[in-house]
Amino acid sequence: MGVSIAPVEIERPDSDTVVAPDHPWITLVWNDPVNLMSYVTHVFMEYFGYSKEKATELMLDVHEKGRAVVSNGSREEMERDVTAMHSYGLWATLQKDD
Amino acid sequence: MKRGFSKSRGGTIRLRLDPVEITVLDDLVQQLSDLVSPAPVDPDADPLAALVGIDEHAQIPVDPALLRLLPDAYKDDEAASADFRRFTERSLREGKAERAATVMQGLAALAASDGQAEISREDSQAWLGSLNDLRLVLASRLSVDDDEGVWRRRIEGDPEAEQGAVVYDWLTWLQDCLVNALMK
Repeated sequence: MGVSIAPVEIERPDSDTVVAPDHPWITLVWNDPVNLMSYVTHVFMEYFGYSKEKATELMLDVHEKGRAVVSNGSREEMERDVTAMHSYGLWATLQKDD
Repeated sequence: MKRGFSKSRGGTIRLRLDPVEITVLDDLVQQLSDLVSPAPVDPDADPLAALVGIDEHAQIPVDPALLRLLPDAYKDDEAASADFRRFTERSLREGKAERAATVMQGLAALAASDGQAEISREDSQAWLGSLNDLRLVLASRLSVDDDEGVWRRRIEGDPEAEQGAVVYDWLTWLQDCLVNALMK
């Protein structure tokens, strides 16, 4: 991977989001029939630094329930996580945690 | 030494492929590189935007395989997804193209050394990512949409698709082999 100098902070003048102080955004990973269970577990361990147990649990949630919340935080942090998941080829989206 | 990826006792990842496997994979990775590489930077683009990787012209890909590699970041918010795409898609494409280039270099080294080579820890992540990208593209072309293999019955009697499925299964084996070696 090359050095990315893409902006971390993205200006959103049209956003009417009220930013809560703690962790109002989540990253979801969605099930797909292609990504290997072993690979998804590996990605969760490699990128998020999760233990093998936690990574396996999340992978099984994705596989069996169709999706799993893999991280939460600010919108900017979740955009970073989603970008990373897309780089790994996982199908991920972010949204406000309602 | 067996075919595919393996991990030595010292922790080194090694790869062994047959000449025909090297040729097939090299061709596939070249196609992947062509697919993901971003268009040249528009000479009229805002130089500051170009410098930080913003692509004002980034559009939702029409090709479903490319869309799977570069998906929307927001499920129900087209405007936010389009915004996100402008800010991230170019560097995402560049990263995928760089990984493909690393794999092609590795394949050249493999071809020059009797089909066997060591793969560094750093390069192994490029291999992992490219193998996954290739499987996603092939799966899209073959309309793989279920875990149980119903799609396989759909392609029966279509020689080109059946050939694609053989390659898909081989890539699956190779990627799984690498994940297992890395996690051992």
